[in-house]
Amino acid sequence: MEREYFNPEFESLSRAEIEALQLQRLKETVAHCMNSPFYKKRFEEAGIGVDDIKSLDDLRKIPFTTKQDLRDTYPFGIASVPLEQCVRLHSSSGTTGNPTVILHTARDLDEWANQVARNLWMVGLRPNDVFQNSSGYGMFTGGLGFQYGAEKLGMLTVPAAAGNSPRQIKFIKDFGTTALHAVPSYLTRLKEVMDKEGVDPRRDTKLRVFAIGAEPHSEQQRRRIEEMFGVKAYNSFGMSEMCGPGVGFECKEQNGLHFWEDYYIVEIVDPETLEPVPDGEVGELVLTTLRREAMPLLRYRTRDLTRVLGRTCPCGRNHVRLDRMKGRSDDMIVLKGVNIFPIQIEKILMQFPEVANNYLITLTTDDNNDNMTVEVELEELFTDDYGRLQNLTKSIQRALRDEILLSPHVKLVAKGSLPVSDGKAVRVVDKRNVYK
Amino acid sequence: MTLKQLSIFIENKGGTLVTVLDLLSREGIQIIASSVADTQDYGIYRVLCSAPERAGEVLLAAGINLQLTEVTAVTIDDVPGCAAKAVGALSDAGISILYLYSFLWQGRGVLVFRADAPEKAVEVLEKAGYIDSAPLF
Repeated sequence: MEREYFNPEFESLSRAEIEALQLQRLKETVAHCMNSPFYKKRFEEAGIGVDDIKSLDDLRKIPFTTKQDLRDTYPFGIASVPLEQCVRLHSSSGTTGNPTVILHTARDLDEWANQVARNLWMVGLRPNDVFQNSSGYGMFTGGLGFQYGAEKLGMLTVPAAAGNSPRQIKFIKDFGTTALHAVPSYLTRLKEVMDKEGVDPRRDTKLRVFAIGAEPHSEQQRRRIEEMFGVKAYNSFGMSEMCGPGVGFECKEQNGLHFWEDYYIVEIVDPETLEPVPDGEVGELVLTTLRREAMPLLRYRTRDLTRVLGRTCPCGRNHVRLDRMKGRSDDMIVLKGVNIFPIQIEKILMQFPEVANNYLITLTTDDNNDNMTVEVELEELFTDDYGRLQNLTKSIQRALRDEILLSPHVKLVAKGSLPVSDGKAVRVVDKRNVYK
Repeated sequence: MTLKQLSIFIENKGGTLVTVLDLLSREGIQIIASSVADTQDYGIYRVLCSAPERAGEVLLAAGINLQLTEVTAVTIDDVPGCAAKAVGALSDAGISILYLYSFLWQGRGVLVFRADAPEKAVEVLEKAGYIDSAPLF
């Protein structure tokens, strides 16, 4: 009989068994963290020691770890192993300050690949499948993360990387691709190119599974992608701080993402009070790693907002199910898989003396495409020549593209015309069909 | 001759133009000629009026983006071919026109334009016999 679980010893645990394993691994992790100069100091400052962690509830004695902590300890200050034991480094772009660096030992990479393989197996992929990874490689963890995971499962894995749609379509047809990973907005684009080339995914390809993630998308958007291609699309959650993709994934029920509790302790807290919220209520996701060697993180504030949907599932896995991400507790924007903070845009705009201090970022979905418009107030009308005004908007657009890697539409507006609420400028209006 | 023109930044949204016109009307400022052009996102409303400096102060105080711009004007006979002749003189001298509008004033035609070389434009027109010594209004 065919194996149903990739890791039956972990995937089929009861709730009590999961919690017992978590406590054991939490104690190991905390003990291991004492090798990290950062955590050693943190524990001393908080007046707690390794022995104070006797139950899972004791986790709450440990202070939170934030992205700022990662920046402050850049590049290697949180590591719990000597650098020579590390074999991989991933890093965020660092556009809002120091980049964040995540280190991996060989075992970390193996455990990461195992999580991704477990996810892909869960949605029915097997070694005879062909997996095309249309995700950016390099520092972006969606590339190597899915590559190693798909290989670990045993699939023929095509590192197609992002972009060049005609080539993607040729690979899908020629290699008999059955599963593909991409950001959801890219799949809409891919379908447009298929239509232009007269390729019918149902007739001309063997595609049957999509893994989608790395950018917010709605249930409606997922259903539309599924209907466009005749392919099942499963939501994937990952973040480089935890390893990358693999942390959470939907099972065939498509009713929430299973977060692997043999690898992480999941908490949902009120972002203001930092107190836990009851199941079903939206709060900030906080994760503690349980198996990481190079850089374990304790109570890491992800800034993603979600809620617990349940702790059991008809699929037989009792690992907590979380709702698709509902937004952010900070002001980070995720557009086309790119993380953007309004401060990055502000920094660029302020280089242009022609524009005033107020600006407004509007995110919209037009023709299935997510777009950004940046409205900027004109400080003074420095010319009455349209050509010069248009050159200004073009220069702003180019400078923004260099900073955030996307070209927003830049619109000049009259001074004082942008909305201000309670004396504080409104910076971002998100009108995308995402969080429905 | 050189005239002072108001160039007013107008957003493409309802009520913007009327705000400007109301402010001018309250000051008793008369609009003599105007022209509005638009791009997708905004327009520039160009106005010749009875008291351009005063109008500029009032509008700026109301927070409206504008520039007082010097434009070149020339009066011509209200007869077919006269505009072609005047613009032709500029063109022959290698002067480009960024924008132009026209109106009738006391039985004569007036061409208002912004040239890429304003001083040279006045010179060329004077040489071609267009002499406007008296102020228009």
